[in-house]
Order: sequence, then structure tokens, then C-alpha cells
Amino acid sequence: MRIELQKRPDISKLYSILSPLIALALMVVAGAIMFILLGKNPFHGLYVYFIEPLTDPWSREQILVKATPLTLIAIGLAVCFRSGNWNIGAEGQYLIGGMFGAMIPVLFHGWESPLLLPLMLIMGMAGGALYGFIPAILKSRFGTNEILTSLMLVYVAQQFVDWVVRGPWRDPQGMGFPGTKSFNDSGLLPKIFEFGDAHYGAVIAVIAAVALWFMLSKTLKGFEIAVLGQSPRAGRFAGFSAKQMTLFAFLISGAMAGLAGIGEVSGTVGKLDDKLSLGYGFAAIIVAFLGRLNPLGIVAAGLVLALSYIGGEAAQISIGVSDRATRVFQGLLLFFVLACDTLIHYRVVLVSSVKARM
Amino acid sequence: MKKTLFALAASCAVMLSGQALADSHAKTKACFIYIGPTGDFGWTYQHDQGRLAVEAELGDKVETAYLENVPESAEAQRPIEAFARSGCNIIFTTSFNYMDPTNKAAKKHPKVKFEHATGFKRESANISTYSSKFYQGRYVQGQIAAKLSKTGVAGYIASFPIPEVVRGINAFILGAQSVNPDFKLKVVWVSTWFDPPKEADAAKALIDQGVDIITQHTDSTAAMQVASERGIKAFGQASDMIKFGPNTQLTAIIDDWAPYYVERVKAVMEGTWEQQDVWHGMADGNVVMAPYTNMPDDVAAMATKTAAAIKDGSLEPFTGPVTKQDGSEWLKDGEKSDIGTLLGMNFYVKGVDDKLPQ
Repeated sequence: MRIELQKRPDISKLYSILSPLIALALMVVAGAIMFILLGKNPFHGLYVYFIEPLTDPWSREQILVKATPLTLIAIGLAVCFRSGNWNIGAEGQYLIGGMFGAMIPVLFHGWESPLLLPLMLIMGMAGGALYGFIPAILKSRFGTNEILTSLMLVYVAQQFVDWVVRGPWRDPQGMGFPGTKSFNDSGLLPKIFEFGDAHYGAVIAVIAAVALWFMLSKTLKGFEIAVLGQSPRAGRFAGFSAKQMTLFAFLISGAMAGLAGIGEVSGTVGKLDDKLSLGYGFAAIIVAFLGRLNPLGIVAAGLVLALSYIGGEAAQISIGVSDRATRVFQGLLLFFVLACDTLIHYRVVLVSSVKARM
Repeated sequence: MKKTLFALAASCAVMLSGQALADSHAKTKACFIYIGPTGDFGWTYQHDQGRLAVEAELGDKVETAYLENVPESAEAQRPIEAFARSGCNIIFTTSFNYMDPTNKAAKKHPKVKFEHATGFKRESANISTYSSKFYQGRYVQGQIAAKLSKTGVAGYIASFPIPEVVRGINAFILGAQSVNPDFKLKVVWVSTWFDPPKEADAAKALIDQGVDIITQHTDSTAAMQVASERGIKAFGQASDMIKFGPNTQLTAIIDDWAPYYVERVKAVMEGTWEQQDVWHGMADGNVVMAPYTNMPDDVAAMATKTAAAIKDGSLEPFTGPVTKQDGSEWLKDGEKSDIGTLLGMNFYVKGVDDKLPQ
């Protein structure tokens, strides 16, 4: 007897919905095993991790804050991934977006105007889009592998932003710590609740998710993305250009990552510093797949991953597990999500070994 | 199998309820925010030793928790608040740039006591600041370096140009000049507290420039290990690093936070905690020199004598005549620096071969 995967003639509707849930369940089991190995009570551990943060308004708000950049980046990635373009460099587009958005309040420090914030957001999107355009051009013109180029450009962006905040843009009153001057109030995304931490970036993320969902599922462009993603050859016959699609997809996903970057700079930090990159650009890849590359699903997935950050901190505080545990949880989640996706395209069958040899 | 599962579940349930009981508020909870991992074997390691001393000394009456690798940015706000909300009675934030987040959290949580290491802002009555006179140890190190160095140049790996770091550099060169007036000091700024590869690179660069003794104001053991490989000598920082350079370490400045942490947690327990700003040194046992190793007996004897003189107050490292780097006179013969200048130190004294970053 052995297990064999047989390709399904059609993708399974049932498993498309079930697979992320199975992945979540498997992660919970694996998490419980991890807690036992660490000598902790698994029920208490999982409770602290995944339930307790939801019971308190303050930590719910923190989840919202964390979910905002993850969601924004991931909905952009969904467009890219669906069209068959593998943008692994959202982290870099996020950073450059943050930097472009910060340009006006840094270079024209003290300029107060209601125009400032919209300009910053537009600059952020433009920065991310431009940075995403580089691997897109390289792919469509020279046929380079966009996975490699977009990933490598992340490191360029990290070093560049690091240099900017330590060098030309450093706050002269900052005692040498890397970071620009703090922005004026008109350069800050307003908070949703008085005295709270959640900012209007969360609202923007939801609006953007609905807009992209509409584009993907209700418009001709969405159809083009789907066709080119699933069968570039068929797309060509239909008169769609894969090269133009590469440019379009990277522009959208770069702009979304850039918006996430400036949202974080202006909504959470209040200045550009060297700690802007907390790996959101990579974590968003998990979010995109967990949300089944559907912008509305991604909103939910963003909240789940944000919960794992906040819960991870709570677990450190109250049961003393290391902050590495959070990373392990997130890694497990992506692993199980990708593994469970197999069920959508394949059927698992038991084959007796005699039969198989024939 | 079923029975085992049931037993497992039952025992977990018991553990769960036990935990719930133990969580009741009879204990004083002391919480710590760390900039690096507890395993840095330097700065954070020593703070964690202090935390363990609190547990050892106060036993069941106390409970402790910590968060490691908390970045010095807006990201620090959430963990500090999470601690304050999770029932911590006293929170120690152990890096300079936690200053603003700690003060913000202190305002929001007036019942919780906050202790910020190496800072100077105390914006509400429930926040204290504490630091140690590490510079006293630097003076001793400078003397040792001047005695042992063949090239007459030592290397200093520095983090950020805040007064605490500048003070250490000046104390080191003054100690060295008390032995060899022509002694020189090269400085490399790495703009980080904890980044082993960067610290190692800085050490290599300094050695290539001809220094044969290295000291550092960063948190890892990387420089000690590079010095070992290259066969030169080095000073341990924050913790006794002899294990990482048994033939390399001359001595180390050991930050002993244990007495302070025990005293402050006790004060919270007894209801006698009051706001303060302390700056303890060798005399109070907060700055301790590790054994003098890898040097001739006469040098060790000199170092022992100097440390004893600093401890009993007969020697103050910042005593005139001292000339600033720009050639102007700072302290007249026999004049001692006032504490304000020490706390805000933003200039080099003569002999430092570097331009202080502004």
C-alpha cells in the first residue's frame, strides 16, 4: 500500500475553502506539540496566543495596526501572483514607498497643509510602484527571472533606506540615532479612536481590498489577469499581452506595498527610521496565500497573521516562550497552507503496491 | 490510547487551573524590556542576570517576565504597554532610546512603576531613571591599554554618540594619557547596540589600521572573538567575556544590576518606591572589574590600585588639567568636572583620533 496523488480534472471547490482551515488546524496541533516540547501547558499556551488577544479592546486595536500593512501589501501581491508574476520583493517596495512618502515632510519640514498627507500617500504609492517597475521591466524586456531580481532589490532598498536615515536625512537633534525628524501633525495619518493607536490606514486597506476584489472578479482586466496567469498561451490567443501584464501587475503590487510603507511611516511611527522593515513584505506572502489570493480573504488572513504577532508577544509576557516561537508559528502556517493547497488540485488515493507495479 | 489521551487532557486541565490560581495578585510582578537577546553575553545578559537575582532573592513573593529583541523605535511602545496592562507592578526598560515610549506609558499607567536605564526624562511621578558610572572602569582600561600597547594606539567600537558613550571614550583616553601622554585612540561608530557581524567588521577594520587593543561600547562578544583570532588583546564589555577570549581579555567592565533591581522591586513590595535618579558606580558595587588577566603582574597591580582609588573616591577620572580636542581648556589643574557636563558630554578630549558625529 502506498499513497498516491492523482490530479483532479477540475480544481476542487470544496477544498479551495477547506484547505486554509485545515492548514490553520494543523498549525494549532503543531503549535500544541511545540508548547509541550517547551514544557508549557499547550491549552494555556494556545489560549494566550490565539484567544486572549481577541478578548481585550486594546489588543484588538493592536491587531488592527499590525494587520494594516500586511493586508495592503498582500492584496497587491494577489494581483501579481494571480497573473503569474512572482514578486518576492514587496519588502523593498514597502521600504522605498515609505521613503518616498517621507520625502516631503523631511525636506520641507514645518510645512503644514491639508494637502500634505494626500501628497505623502501618493508619493508613497509612486515610490513603491517605481521600485516594482524595475524587476517588471527587466522581466518583460530581457526575460530575467523576477523572483531573483525582485528579491535582490530588497537588500538594495534596505541598505539605501538605512543610509538615508543615518546620513542625509538624520535628525540633527536625534543624538546620532538613525531616523528623521518627527513629522508635524498634518503629516500624520489620523487615529480612528481618540487616544487609540489604530489609524485610518486600516480603513484605506479595506477600501483598497474591495476595489481590487472588484477589479479581479468583475472586470475584463480581472479576466485578463486570470487567463494570463493560468495559461499564458491561451491569453496570447485572446490578444492579451503577457509583457504588459507583468508591468501592470508589478505596478499595482508595488503601489500597494508603497502605500503600506507610507501608511506605517505616517500612521504608526511618525518619522522615517531604520526599523521600518519588520519583515512585513515577506510575511505578506503568507497572508496572500492564506487569503487564497482573494483580496477579501486576505483582509481576514491579515488579521490572523497580525494575531500571531500580538499573541506571540502575549505568550512571551505571560508564559515566557521566546520571540522566535512567533516566527516558527508563521513559518508553520505558510508551510501547511502551501501543503494543503495540494488537496485542491490533487486527490489522495491509496494504491496497493501490486497494482501500481503493473 | 484513549486513556492516555484522557489522562493528558486531564493533567493539562489541572495545570490550567493551577496556573489560574497562581496568577492571583499576591505576587509582585517585575518586568523587563531588553534591546538584544538574553544570550548576547553582554549588556542584555547582565540585565537578565539582575532579573534572575530578583527571583533568587525574593523567591515566591515575586514573579518576573521579560521581552527580548525589542527595537528602539515606535515598535517599543506596544510591548511596554502590554506589560503595564498585563499586571506588571514595576517595569524596567533597559536601553537609552526607550526613553519616550517609557515616559508615554508611564503617563497612561500611573499605578505602575517604571524604571528607565540610562535615560534622563522623568515626565511623571511614577518613572525613575538609573545608570552606572561605567566610565570609571574605562579609565582603568585606558591605563592598562597604555601600559601594554606596542603601537600606542587602541581601537574603540562605539554605538551612538550619546553622552554616556562619549564619556566612556574620554575616560578611556584620559586613563591612557595618565600613563603615556602621546597615546592615541581610534573610534569606529557602528550605529547599533547589537549586531555581531557589524561589530566584528569594525574590529577587523580597527586592527587593520594598526590598533593592538580593542574596547567596545556594543553588546556582543564579536569583537572579543575577532581579537582572539588576530592575536591582539581586548576588553570585555558589560559582562565578563573571558570565555570568549581566554587568552585575549585583559579585564571587563561588569555591569552588576542585581543590587539595584532587588532593592527597587523590594521597594515596590513594601510600598516605599519613590521616584529617583541614581548614578551608581564602583563604590556601590554596580560597576565591577573582572579579574585582570593576560597581563604582567605589575600592570595588574597598577590597575587594582587605580580601581581602589576610584572606589574610595580619592581618584576622579575627570580631573584637570584636561584639554578638549579643539585645543581649548576644559578643566584647570586639580579641577573636577561638574556633574552636568558629565551627563551632557558632547565633545572629545585631546588625543581622540576621530571627529565626533553630530
